[in-house]
Amino acid sequence: MNALVELAWIVTKIVALVVPLFLAVAYMTYAERKVISAMQLRRGPNRVGWHGLLQPIADALKLLMKEVVLPQNANRFLFVLAPMLSIMPALAAWAVLPVGDGLVIADINAGLLYVLAMASLGVYGIILAGWASNSKYALLGALRAGAQVVSYEIAMGFALVGVLMAAGSLNMGDIIRAQEGPIWNWFWLPLLPLFVVYWISGVAETNRLPFDVAEGESEIVAGFHVEYSGMAFAIFFLAEYANMILISGLAAIMFLGGWYSPFHGLPLLGPLFDWVPGMVWFFLKVCLFLFLYIWFRATFPRYRYDQIMRLGWKVLIPVTVVWLIVVAGLILGEVGPWF
Amino acid sequence: MIEKVIFYVFAAILLLAATLVITARNPVHSALSLVLAFFTSSALWLLAEAEFLGIALVLVYVGAVMVLFLFVVMMLDINVSVLREGFARYLPLGALVGVVMVLQMLLVLGSAEVDLASLTATAADAGAAETNNIRMLGNVLYTVYVYPFELAAIVLLLAIIAAIMLTHRRRGGTKHQDISAQVRTRKEDRLRMVRMPTDRNNDS
Repeated sequence: MNALVELAWIVTKIVALVVPLFLAVAYMTYAERKVISAMQLRRGPNRVGWHGLLQPIADALKLLMKEVVLPQNANRFLFVLAPMLSIMPALAAWAVLPVGDGLVIADINAGLLYVLAMASLGVYGIILAGWASNSKYALLGALRAGAQVVSYEIAMGFALVGVLMAAGSLNMGDIIRAQEGPIWNWFWLPLLPLFVVYWISGVAETNRLPFDVAEGESEIVAGFHVEYSGMAFAIFFLAEYANMILISGLAAIMFLGGWYSPFHGLPLLGPLFDWVPGMVWFFLKVCLFLFLYIWFRATFPRYRYDQIMRLGWKVLIPVTVVWLIVVAGLILGEVGPWF
Repeated sequence: MIEKVIFYVFAAILLLAATLVITARNPVHSALSLVLAFFTSSALWLLAEAEFLGIALVLVYVGAVMVLFLFVVMMLDINVSVLREGFARYLPLGALVGVVMVLQMLLVLGSAEVDLASLTATAADAGAAETNNIRMLGNVLYTVYVYPFELAAIVLLLAIIAAIMLTHRRRGGTKHQDISAQVRTRKEDRLRMVRMPTDRNNDS
């Protein structure tokens, strides 16, 4: 009986996390179109609902109605499996992300490692989709995505090593608690180079512009998901956006103090904002990073493939290695309010 | 009770996946079965409360090694029927390797130094005091075993350098991009202003 109650409680928590997440994904697409259109002096979606607010729902319905086409010589099993493999890790990683103080599904000690492991699984969906489609463009896209994700994972992992050195823990909650205090107590300041490296590799990891050579509409049509239609395509879309939100959430936790308000512990401003729940601050921080994603897309042209590799291996990784040594020095010297 | 059921389910999946690795017709399917096998064995390690090992297995093998593996398998046109030939020929050698591996395991588990009962007891004791097995592992790795650990790191570094050197053999006639030369270029090197006589007829 007790076990059943516990199970029901876990399922409730999962539903309470996943439903808002899907809503966020849907409205992320809307926000993206609106923001980019504003940056390009257009209006964006404005026909369905008030200011186009129902557009994502209309899109979802349209994709649901469409037929899922199976290419003739595709590997059926893997073709169907690939979208699932790409959405599963994007959702599973959320299990250890605390959205507020104590508001986390699984408060495990190896949280950071778990998230990294899950993030590294996402590439399987892409690679398999490309291979199973039995199409040249799809295979090219898959190979590009595979090489890119594996390369940037290393830089990202090193950046997160800096975070775990600074926090002295792999537990997400403890990492945030180590940053307790106002905005200059958070890790973005002592770990600024790692923060930048993390964010660049996060953008590359999700295959977003300017690193979206995996899709590269102008060269390989749409890359790995060129053969997908209807709901199968929608799932890839969902996975991409869920991954973006995940990377943003991680950035908020690792470098921007998770649920803490930027005025936490200040004499006058601190108490003024005490009534705001931590979840709201977390949400705002995630939104900041999501906006950066969209901003990048509207601003930067696509990188050339060899330059992506060069940036990852020859620039980002050395930067992280050097800064890890600096962080070790800072910790030994017990510098500033951080260590 | 529930843990036992979970263990047997995962163990069954693991065995099935391991068999599929060698019986699947398609090499990509084999590689994927290997991924599944790694994943389920990491789940088994998680059940044994070795969370660091379990997650590291997923992170390193599933997340990086197998992706590259799959990469290569996808690019190659492997004819499996050719690979399958000589099963009987290699069977004795394979069986020998298997027997040696089982013997090694028995030697380790059966030796006086490793007493399974006391091991689990100390693990339970340590678990009661300190549930964080990453911290426990780190404490041992950087104190008692620090020299072997550093040696292993150096061996790995050597392997990386050797592998990179092997791929860096220069063939003649390849085009190579020199980024610093590109950055250093000045306008004068590339641009030549030419004064052309204008075509009077079109002026009107």
